[in-house]
Amino acid sequence: MQARLGLLPLDISGVSLGRVKRAREEPFDRDAAYMLPTPDTSHVAYERVYEPAEDSFLLLDTLSSATETAFLQTRFGEGYAPLVVEVGPGSGVVIAFVNAQAQALFGSRNVLTAAVDVNGYACKATGETARKAALENATTHGSFLGALQGDLVAPVRDRLVDVLIFNPPYVPTPELPKQPRQADLPALDAKPSFDDDSYMLSLSYAGGRDGMETTDRLIDSLPQVLSTKGCAYILLCAQNKPEQVKQRILGFGEAWKVATVGSSGKQAGWEKLQIIRIWVE
Amino acid sequence: MKVLSLNFLTCAVKACKSSSNSYPLHPKDAELVQDDLEVNAQLLLNLLPRIDWTALSTTATELGFPALPPQAPSVEELQSDEKKLRDLHNLLMETQIMEGKLVCANCGHEYAVREGIANFLLPSHLV
Ligand SMILES: C[S@@+](CC[C@H](N)C(=O)[O-])C[C@H]1O[C@@H](n2cnc3c(N)ncnc32)[C@H](O)[C@@H]1O
Repeated sequence: MQARLGLLPLDISGVSLGRVKRAREEPFDRDAAYMLPTPDTSHVAYERVYEPAEDSFLLLDTLSSATETAFLQTRFGEGYAPLVVEVGPGSGVVIAFVNAQAQALFGSRNVLTAAVDVNGYACKATGETARKAALENATTHGSFLGALQGDLVAPVRDRLVDVLIFNPPYVPTPELPKQPRQADLPALDAKPSFDDDSYMLSLSYAGGRDGMETTDRLIDSLPQVLSTKGCAYILLCAQNKPEQVKQRILGFGEAWKVATVGSSGKQAGWEKLQIIRIWVE
Repeated sequence: MKVLSLNFLTCAVKACKSSSNSYPLHPKDAELVQDDLEVNAQLLLNLLPRIDWTALSTTATELGFPALPPQAPSVEELQSDEKKLRDLHNLLMETQIMEGKLVCANCGHEYAVREGIANFLLPSHLV
């Protein structure tokens, strides 16, 4: 944690400190409060993979809320096997949760889950988190297909994804870190240097202009990647100008809908973080 | 990565997307492991309509599995044939590619698979 804070550019350290402090100020037993257990990520190396934080937990709480489970169950009724793809799974806490709790979220275990992260260590961590969570929830889990390394949805065939989840690098930064090519990241069996680790962590939070450069690219790909039943859950922070983002999505066409379905951290009347659900009707 | 994944993946090079040659990717020097998982018949039945059978047949043959029938079984056929269900379950769900490469027949690029993770990040000249 120390190392991670040390890496943050000065102008955003407040955001992250706030998040860390919040977690400490409000020690409560999430699992007792929400019933569905949070996947174990104790094996994850947080010096190079994003540590689950308030944003991650907001996704868990939103996806398992009564309104969203009702939405998912109505949309993907019996006789269908929805494909859930998380982009940027980091530790894997979110997709492992969705996979382990398929029965509670979708009302069925006939659910396929997969993930794509630009950081290979995150892919490895995600595989392990998903495996552990499925073992602990032996009677409710879906089928985790695997985590692969890549840029957003580039390797995924068109019009296949039923539920896309993205907690993006959303912090506004003067520049977006260089988007990695194959040679820019250490091989999985190499020992990453301190600079490698800093780079991988910067990819996890730094979002460039308005914190939206990566999220914008993902949003642009939605019409191509989502199935006819498809929907997407994307996390935004207040600096991302959520209202503008929503307007842009509505501009895709009349069938496109968007709603805020989860939020946390009210600050001076603003939601610090929110989850928007995007779907086609 | 489970073999089923290959049915959902294609070459990450933009210019390849429109070519039918870029799908499915072709496994090369693949090292496989077999998990031992309970059969979920309903999942396989639900899955059937969304599987590209021609691509799956290619993948199965290239991985050294017995040839699949040219046509996908109907839901009824699959439902009533325990062995077919079990074989499909074994291929799609229990078999994982751990090491090797996935090759695009259009651009020739080889995506490495290490520790079960395929790397679809592109070298600079292909972006
Ligand atoms: C804010 S973290 C979220 C991690 C995890 N989903 C969570 O909620 O705790 C963002 C993740 O997106 C990944 N990422 C950043 N840019 C990406 C891209 N272009 N394609 C795929 N993943 C990306 C990062 O490596 C990081 O794991």
